[in-house]
Amino acid sequence: MGVVGLSVPRVDGPAKVGGMACYVDDLVFPGMLHARTVRTSVPRGRLSGIRLDFDPAGFTVVDWRDIPGRNCTLHLTDDQPCLVQEDIRHVAEPVLLLAHEDRDTLWSACVQLMEERGEPVLDPAAASHDHAHVLISDGDVERGLRASDLVVEGEYRTGAQEHVYIEPNGIVAVPEANGGVTIHGSLQCPYYVHHALVNLLGLPGELVRVVPSENGGGFGGKEDYPSVIAGHAALLALKAKRPVKLVYDRAEDMLATTKRHPSVVRHRTGVMKDGRLVAMVIDVVLDGGAYVTLSPVVLSRACLHAQGAYRCPNVRINGRAAMTNTPPNGAFRGFGAPQTQFAMEVHMDRIAEALAMDPAKLRLRNVLRAGDRTATGQVLSDSTAEIVLREAMKRSGWRRKRVAWKGTNRGIGLALFRHGAGFTGSGEVRLASRCTLTTTERGVRIRVANTEIGQGTCTALSQIVADALDVPMDEVTFSVPDTADVPNSGPTVASRTVMVVGGILERAATAMREQLGTLSPAEHFARHGETNVTREHEPPPGLHWDDQTYRGDAYGTYGWGCDVAEVEYDPVTYAARAVKLTAVQEFGRPVNPVLARGQIEGGSAQGVGWALIEEVVMKDGAMTNAQLTNYAIPTTLDMPRVETVMVENPYPHGPFGAKGLGELPMNGPGPAIVNALRHVGLDLRQLPATPERVMEAARGRA
Amino acid sequence: MRTALSRLTLHEPRTLAAALKLMRRAGPLVPVAGCTDVYVQLQFGTQPALAYVDLSRLSPLRKIRRQGDVLVIGALATFTDLICSRLVRKSLPMLVAASREIGGPQIQHRGTIGGNIANGSPAGDSLPVFAVAEAVVVLANADGERRVPFSAFYTGYRRSVLQSDELIVAVEIPAVEGAQWFRKVGTRAAQAISKVVMAAVRSPHPRIALGSVAPTVVRLPQTEATLASGAGIAEAQRVLKEEIRPIDDLRSTAAYRLQVSANLLEAFWETTA
Repeated sequence: MGVVGLSVPRVDGPAKVGGMACYVDDLVFPGMLHARTVRTSVPRGRLSGIRLDFDPAGFTVVDWRDIPGRNCTLHLTDDQPCLVQEDIRHVAEPVLLLAHEDRDTLWSACVQLMEERGEPVLDPAAASHDHAHVLISDGDVERGLRASDLVVEGEYRTGAQEHVYIEPNGIVAVPEANGGVTIHGSLQCPYYVHHALVNLLGLPGELVRVVPSENGGGFGGKEDYPSVIAGHAALLALKAKRPVKLVYDRAEDMLATTKRHPSVVRHRTGVMKDGRLVAMVIDVVLDGGAYVTLSPVVLSRACLHAQGAYRCPNVRINGRAAMTNTPPNGAFRGFGAPQTQFAMEVHMDRIAEALAMDPAKLRLRNVLRAGDRTATGQVLSDSTAEIVLREAMKRSGWRRKRVAWKGTNRGIGLALFRHGAGFTGSGEVRLASRCTLTTTERGVRIRVANTEIGQGTCTALSQIVADALDVPMDEVTFSVPDTADVPNSGPTVASRTVMVVGGILERAATAMREQLGTLSPAEHFARHGETNVTREHEPPPGLHWDDQTYRGDAYGTYGWGCDVAEVEYDPVTYAARAVKLTAVQEFGRPVNPVLARGQIEGGSAQGVGWALIEEVVMKDGAMTNAQLTNYAIPTTLDMPRVETVMVENPYPHGPFGAKGLGELPMNGPGPAIVNALRHVGLDLRQLPATPERVMEAARGRA
Repeated sequence: MRTALSRLTLHEPRTLAAALKLMRRAGPLVPVAGCTDVYVQLQFGTQPALAYVDLSRLSPLRKIRRQGDVLVIGALATFTDLICSRLVRKSLPMLVAASREIGGPQIQHRGTIGGNIANGSPAGDSLPVFAVAEAVVVLANADGERRVPFSAFYTGYRRSVLQSDELIVAVEIPAVEGAQWFRKVGTRAAQAISKVVMAAVRSPHPRIALGSVAPTVVRLPQTEATLASGAGIAEAQRVLKEEIRPIDDLRSTAAYRLQVSANLLEAFWETTA
C-alpha cells in the first residue's frame, strides 16, 4: 500500500520539536566573527563620505572597493549594487560592512555617513520610471464597452505586507582553503545565491558552495534577499579570512528586506443586464521600490491573474511596476495574484450591486469552465471554478445567510480565484530543472535543490518517491540541498515544488525501479554500489507561450478556490472580526492531506492578516512600525474558524495527480472579507480594512 | 551581581529596607520586577541604564488585602494575581477586566501593577482604572512613606513625581460606588497596544478616564460634569470631543481615537443604564 494521499508524520518533525534542528544562528565555527551592516538613512541622495569614529583594531571593514567581481546583487538584472558607491536610492541601503569577534564591540562602533538628500519619489502613480510593463490584449474592448448595457468602474488598493517568518534572515560565510567560500543560511533558493555570488566575487562556480541550514519560514521573503546578505557575509569572510555570521534582528529584517508589492488596480467593465461580462479594461500599478529585483515577474503573474476566474471576450490588461525610493518589494506568497484578484473580486461585487444581482449568481454566469479561453488565448482543458463555487455556497449556507443577515452587523462575502502553478509561461522550460535519485546503504536518497521551509517539502517529495519506487517511506532520505551535492532543480517558489520537482522525481523513481528490477535500493547498492538516476523537467505536451505577445498557455494548470467569509462588525470600534471562513480549494490531489490543510489554514491566516490588521506604515520611504509590537499579525483570537474543503481533481501531468498549492489560499480571504463588509453596508475598496478605514466607510453606510 | 557576559549590574536585595537603602546609596538604579517592559527596551537599545535593582524577592509587596474600606494592592502583585484575587474581583472588577487584556498569559504572570504605573505609558491598560478609582500611590524611600493621589502622580509624558530614591510600594483604592466599566481597543483581538482604552464608573457623579489619547492617562472632568448634570449622551459626547486632543501616530489616527472615545462613552452609558 502506498503513502501518497496519507497524512504521514513530517520527516523533519522530530528534530524541530526536539530542538535538535540547527538554524543559522545556532551555527558556530572556530574563529567566527559577527557582522553588521551600516545603512543609509535618506530615501534618495548621494553618499559623499564615510567617517569611522572607532578604534579599528580587531575590526574587518568592507565597502564597495573590496568587491572582487561586479558591484551588484544579480537577480533578473544587475541594477542593484551590493554596496552603495555614491548613488542612494532607498533608506536602509547597505553601504558598509563591519565584522568583529565581540558582538557588543561590533555594535558600539560608531560610523558617520555623509548623505546629501535628494527628492524622493514615494508615490508609484507619480513615478517617472518603470521597472517593467505588461500588456495583455484580447478582442476589441472599445467595441465591447460600447455594446454593453452598463459600464462599472472602480479603483482598488492593497498595502505592503511583511512576511513575519519566525526566523529572521541570516547567513554564515566560511572562507575555504582553495580561495572559495561556503555559505550556510536561511534561504529558499540555493542556486540563486550561488548565481549572485559567482558574479559578485568573480569566482568560478565550483569555488562557491551554498548549504541551506534549517529554515524557519520564508513565504517568498527568502527568495531573493539572501543573495544580498550572502554577498555581504562572503565579502567580509574573504577579507577577514575567518568565518563571518551576519544575522538580522527583527527590526533590521523588517526595515531592510522585501515586502509584498503595494498595488493600485483600476477596472472598467462592460456588462449586460443579465450579468454577462462583455469587456474588461484593467490597469495594474505595482510599487516596485528602488530596484528591479523580482518586480517584472511579480507584475507578470499579477496581470495574468487580473481577469480572475471569469471569461470575457474583450480584455485589455495594462500593467506597470513603478520605481519608487523605498526598499525593493519582492516575492510574497501569491506573487502579485492576490493583489489583482482582490481588485477583480471586489469589483465583481460592485457589478452585482449595480445590477441588483446576487454576487454568487453573477459569478456563476461568467465563471471560466472547461473549454473556455483566458485573455492570453489559453484554452482551459479543465476548470473546477464552478464546482468550488457551488461547494462553497452549499457548505457556508450562502443563500440563507445572505438574506437573513441583510441590514444587520453580520455579513457574508465570497471570493472566487485561481492560481497558476509553477513558473509563468516558458519559465519552467527555461529552468530545465534536474533531480537525482541515488541508492545508498539503507535505501535511496533524494537530491534536489528545493528547501524545506516549513511547507512539508521533504515529507511530500519522500512520499512521492517511496510510491513511485515502490519502497517503504523509511528507506527514502531527503538530502541537504547543498549546491556541491544536488543538481539545480530550480528555486523553492511559485507553488512548483510538489508539482514540477515532484513530477521529475516520480519519473526518476520509475526509471530507477526499472533499473533495480526486483531488488530493493539497499540490495542493489550492496551488489552494484551507488547508482544514480537523473531526470530533467519535461513540459506537459502541447503547451505554447510567447513572451513577446503574451499569448498562449500562461501556466500548465491552475488551482481553483472559493472562500466564503463571515464577519461581525462592531459599530463602536469599527472593527470587523472574521468569524468563519469556508475555504474550498482544488489543487489536483493532496499528497499529504494534513500538510495540505496546514497550507490552506496558514495561507488563510496570512490572508486574514493582510485583509484586516497588517499595515506597513511608511514615512519618508522607511517602515516606521518595523517591530512586532506595532506591526500586528493575527493571533489565534483574530483568526476565524476555518472550514477547509479539498476538492479532488487529479492532474494528469502532476505526480499522483498533484498540482501546486502553497500560494492558492492567499488569494481568497482579502476580497471575501471586504465583500462581507459590503454586505454589511460598508463600501471598502482598500486593504487592509483597518478600523480607521472602516470608520470612513461607515460614514456612507447604506 | 555582575557576570562576565554582561555589562549590566543587578542588585538583588532581600528586604524592602535593603532595597530602599540601595536606591539611595547605589543609585541611580532602575527597579525591575517582571521586566516585561525593560527587556523590550534593552532589546531595542532604548534603555541606557546599566544598573538595576531586582525587587521580585520582596514577597510582602505582592500582597493584596483590605484595610477597612480600602483595597491595598502591593506593587509586586502581578496581573494574574489581580485576575485570581477574590477581593479584586469583588470590589474592583474593572481592574480584573483590564488585567485580562494586558499582553498574554505570559506577560500577565510576570508583569506587575507597580511596573505598569512606573513605566508610565499613556497606553498602560491598568492606568485608566486607577484614575477613575481615585487611587492613591504609596511611595517609599529610606526615610519613610508618602501618599500621592493618582491624579497628581504623572507630570508629563512618561514623567511622574517619583524621586530617584523612591519605590512604588502599593496602591490604595477607596471603595468605588456604582457600576464599573472597562473597554480596551487595540490593534488586534489580544496582545496589542491600546489605540484607545476607557475605564468608567456609573454613579451620581460619573467618572471617566481615557488612555492613549494624551501624553498621560486623563480624566474627563467636563464630560463627567455634563453627564452628572443630566444632559443627554449626545451632549456629553460633544463635550468629550472638545475635551481631548488625541494625535496621529503609527498605531492609529486622531480622528479615529476621537470618534471611538465618543462611541465608548455612549457604550458605557448604555450598558450601565
